[in-house]
Amino acid sequence: MISERHINFLTLGLLVLIPLWAYGVDEPFTITLMTRAVIFALAAVGLNLILGIGGFVSFGHAAFFGLGGYVMGILAWHAQNYSPLMEWPLLIEGTKSMPVIWVLSILLSAFLAFLIGMVSLKTSGVYFIMITLAFAQMMYYFSISWSAYGGEDGMSIYVRNDFPGLNTLDPIQFYLLCFVILMAALWLMSRLVKSPFGLALNAARQSPQRVQAVGLDLHKLQLLAFVISGAITGLAGALFADLNRFVSPNMFSWQLSGEFIVFIIIGGVGRLFGPVIGALVFVGLEHFLGGISDYWHIYLGVILLLIVLFSKTGVIGLIGKKEVHDD
Amino acid sequence: MSFVLIAEQILNGLQLGVMLFLMSAGLTLIFGVMGLINLAHGSLYMVGAFAAAAIAGLTGSFILALLAALTAAAIAGAMVEMVVIRRLYNRDHLDQVLATFALILIFSEGTRWVFGSFPLYLDIPSYLQGPVSLPGGIQYPLYRITLILIGVVVAIALGLMISKTRIGIRIRAGENDREMIAALGVDISKLYTIIFALGAALAGLAGALVGAIQSVEVGMGEPVLILAFVVIVIGGIGSIKGAMVGSVLVGLTDTLGGVFLPKILQLFMDISTATNVGSSIASMAIYILMGVVLIWRPTGLYGSRL
Repeated sequence: MISERHINFLTLGLLVLIPLWAYGVDEPFTITLMTRAVIFALAAVGLNLILGIGGFVSFGHAAFFGLGGYVMGILAWHAQNYSPLMEWPLLIEGTKSMPVIWVLSILLSAFLAFLIGMVSLKTSGVYFIMITLAFAQMMYYFSISWSAYGGEDGMSIYVRNDFPGLNTLDPIQFYLLCFVILMAALWLMSRLVKSPFGLALNAARQSPQRVQAVGLDLHKLQLLAFVISGAITGLAGALFADLNRFVSPNMFSWQLSGEFIVFIIIGGVGRLFGPVIGALVFVGLEHFLGGISDYWHIYLGVILLLIVLFSKTGVIGLIGKKEVHDD
Repeated sequence: MSFVLIAEQILNGLQLGVMLFLMSAGLTLIFGVMGLINLAHGSLYMVGAFAAAAIAGLTGSFILALLAALTAAAIAGAMVEMVVIRRLYNRDHLDQVLATFALILIFSEGTRWVFGSFPLYLDIPSYLQGPVSLPGGIQYPLYRITLILIGVVVAIALGLMISKTRIGIRIRAGENDREMIAALGVDISKLYTIIFALGAALAGLAGALVGAIQSVEVGMGEPVLILAFVVIVIGGIGSIKGAMVGSVLVGLTDTLGGVFLPKILQLFMDISTATNVGSSIASMAIYILMGVVLIWRPTGLYGSRL
């Protein structure tokens, strides 16, 4: 039995060593696989704030993931076609610059999260699950019917966007970029959880009445958490679109929202590194089971079912020391 | 815009609504009595459609196909309940979502494994083909009229069953207080299995009936499942009456919005923009409806007040 801290260091080690090894033996595919895992981890880190700490099961985080993807897709599409995004009232050009795209994805996802949160956080429990799912589905159908940007076929971006000083088409450099962002998000998360805001959010999950009784505005607290959560997942979406150089309505699909939840559950709900471990395990399973059988989703389903029915604490709880968790 | 077009679209909306009712009745019962959110309900819809297509292919009889759909979905539902769902009643919603998500993966891939990736087709029987004339000079497909009638009959039968029969009394008692009816000697786990199988059978019936208009393929259940979620959120979770009102509302909004929004927008803008914008807004219409209902009544139209 190892402590959660050691598991986190171990995970961190894997995140650094596997890509370095793959770079050494020249296996770009493994690096791409790891990049995928890191981006999924980032999306789930975002979700973990509202799901793990806030206690609201959002089944619609693909809405933000897809929005981030489309922000990247639309900006880069206009840049590669040399057509302005908007001519009136002021001229806006597309861009291939990653930092600009990231900032915009974060802002727009935060705004979408604000709108969705305003309506859905009025409810809780099973209503919240279904409503977030429905809003993500709304984005999905909207993206399909929006024929100006590819409709059902999506958009291909031919060259990966630029980051000052880096060659982003080199797998290891793009991986490092994503890795640094994930680390930044994890650092932010660890600070947030210990901040007055995080403590209040945690308390609001465990005992909403008491939090209200000490004079905190529950709705504001949870809305802020939902907005931050959506913004992080939106950033992950922009990175994911850049990884594939392709955006399509599938980035809004409900299966993706489900998979984000799966990452968190596999890793351990509400734990800092839970989403990271979950995403690593999931991408690994996807890769290895996919190699065994065309029908690998059956095995995945069975494994998930067993995890839910027989292990309540995820991988960290399974191999980690029994610690007093805050529940 | 003629009267005939409007009437036809209203009938289309009703037909969609009635099929949604068959899906959402089971979902809302299962939630109301067992407190379980079941994502795998769409899979049972798919099981019904595939069973019907397989039996129709073997025997050529549509009636037998419908019976097969009911039976297969009910058996699948009962089995799933006894093996998996039963262990989830006391878990939180997160576990339920995840376990039933896993069930979707198993059902979908299992079906793909048995039937292959290509869609199957279920033919409308010859005696239900062709249009009928309705008063007012409306020509409408006989099959779709039949769907509406079947849905209405099932809705009435379900309503009578819940309000008049012994099993209905037990279901209502289960919704109110499950510990109490267990204490009164009702075999609660058998009751749960029956309710689950009943909901599954209704979903399977809907799958088979719709399968004759659309293609029967893996993944056909989930879009309907999400519409059914919208229906029960609007109607109020646990309320059969809410499911009925909600499904008609959603059916009409979805169908009429898709047809008339582009036409209305044409009054303000040129035709191609109006078609684009109109169809985009129409695809979101039911979710906007849901948002409005929730702002007005957070637990749905007929949900219990918090």
